[in-house]
Amino acid sequence: MAVTSKTAPAAVSRPSTTAEKPPNKYKQAFPQYAAVSPFFILFAIFGAFPVLFSIWISFHSWDGIGQMKWVGLEQYHYLLSDATFWKTIGNTLLIWVLSTVPMLLLALVIANALHNATRLRTFYRIAYFIPNVTSVVAITLVFGSIFSNNFGLLNAFLRSIGVGEVQWLTSPWGIKIAIATIVTWRWVGYNAIIYLAGLQAISADVYEAAKVDGASPRQTFWRITVPMMRPVILFTAVTSTIGGLQIFTESRVLFGDTSSIGGPGDAGLTIVSYLYQSAFIKNQFGYGAAVGWALFVLIVLFSIINWRLIGGNDDERLTRRAARRVERRIAAQNAKREAADVR
Amino acid sequence: MSVERIRTAVGHIVLMFGVLVSLFPFYWMVVMASNTTPDIFSYPPKLLIGSHLFENMGKVLDNIDFFGSMLLTLIASLGVTVLVLFFDSLAAFAFAKYEFPGRNVLFGVLLATFMIPAQLSLVPQFVTLAEFGWIGSLKALIIPGAANAFGIFWMRQYAKGAIPDELISAAKVDGAGFFRQYLTVGLPVLRPGLAFLGIFTFINVWNDYLWPLIVMTDPNRLTLQVALDQLNGIYGTDYSMVMAGALMSVIPLIGVFLIGARSFIADLAAGAMKF
Repeated sequence: MAVTSKTAPAAVSRPSTTAEKPPNKYKQAFPQYAAVSPFFILFAIFGAFPVLFSIWISFHSWDGIGQMKWVGLEQYHYLLSDATFWKTIGNTLLIWVLSTVPMLLLALVIANALHNATRLRTFYRIAYFIPNVTSVVAITLVFGSIFSNNFGLLNAFLRSIGVGEVQWLTSPWGIKIAIATIVTWRWVGYNAIIYLAGLQAISADVYEAAKVDGASPRQTFWRITVPMMRPVILFTAVTSTIGGLQIFTESRVLFGDTSSIGGPGDAGLTIVSYLYQSAFIKNQFGYGAAVGWALFVLIVLFSIINWRLIGGNDDERLTRRAARRVERRIAAQNAKREAADVR
Repeated sequence: MSVERIRTAVGHIVLMFGVLVSLFPFYWMVVMASNTTPDIFSYPPKLLIGSHLFENMGKVLDNIDFFGSMLLTLIASLGVTVLVLFFDSLAAFAFAKYEFPGRNVLFGVLLATFMIPAQLSLVPQFVTLAEFGWIGSLKALIIPGAANAFGIFWMRQYAKGAIPDELISAAKVDGAGFFRQYLTVGLPVLRPGLAFLGIFTFINVWNDYLWPLIVMTDPNRLTLQVALDQLNGIYGTDYSMVMAGALMSVIPLIGVFLIGARSFIADLAAGAMKF
């Protein structure tokens, strides 16, 4: 790390004996600043500025071309009383739960099986990961045909085993299940690979010790595997929450050829679909920007909830509290002893 | 021993079933792309690969400028990938291996940008690019994504462990400046990390849908994903043709993935463990 303090240019420009004026450390670090600058310049133009600009836009009524009209907080007022907006939050959260819960549970099961398998490991990993690199558009088209009401494979199967057909792509629940299935299919393997890395990071000694102590497999799983996997589970929970709240492509492509982008009854209209619809189909840029901010608030909110639920802080806090209690007791004892000594 | 063996067998059965579920949609894509639409709509449905694949692919080529879209997508994906690899590795090299005033603050800002969802700035980004006159051009697809926080973060973790300080000191003694140190010491060591970040970036840009949907407004210059969606929107009733298009759009990407799949998956998992 200390390598930087003696960079070449300074040594060349002045002899090492002239120590009267220390070289300017900012000037000296110019190459490093230049190296990290592309990201910050691009972020300033395409990240930070748009974020600030979107606050400004959300205070206006604007179709993207004509005059911007200042409306203050009206967009947000409207947002809070907009039944469609609340519906999109409900839709998004339902799809998120319907996809994330089975996705992470299945990933845990698969990771466990992968962890124990000694053969075909590479084959399994690649086979499980392929869905994740496949384009959402293409795969949504495939699932769209599988779930198709009249000609879909799934309904053909249900018919053949004597169960009635389900109107997957026209009923509110069917639509959500179809979208959640696509999301689950794409991300189970990805999460399983990450859980597998987490499982492999737990040292065998810990399990050995548990075995010696006579712990049952269930105890081992809940007392050792799950706590030690906490950071990894938190990572997958946070990423799938952020991803889940931003679902768009699946519902957009599934109902691409219908008049409403959220499908019949807007049952598949997600928050991002609504943002897209408001800004880029209805040309209500101000309202679209406001929906963007609502999405941001939701993501922050749910990330905090995840953190609180799964994050390891509780244990640390308890340990710290216990340590403080011990310290206080020792201090009290010392004080008592000192008092006794004085006497 | 036999209990162990049964457990192993059960594990493999579970895994194989998962593999079937994982790969079935691809098989079904081929089945639909190789049969005629009336065949697909019949009951009971055809479950085997048919003989109309090339006929359906030909129809795709007749209806949309498939290769034009593919070329456009390829240029955008390669362009972003090359720029990301250069800018991200250069920044990561500086962050990982050099002390400079404000380094930790700058890196903290970089990490904070993770929290901002891309959709938040969708509207103003569009407005900004329209102001630049970039809407509909390749610049809109390439420039905004030319450097990203994830890549810098990931490459920095990689560079920290992979590049020995002694090598940098030696290069300095030889009179090499910062950029030369990056080229001669940094890049060769970072090559495996670059392979991962390259595949990751390429796949993401190739598959992106929302951004190109918004900025590529010229119907003659669409990326593959948007063109495919449009094919479905216009000729949605011709299932077998749409599926042939989907198949054609998916194959090159799976090829890219399979080239580096083994180390790619390992690197991705290792990256997630560092968060």
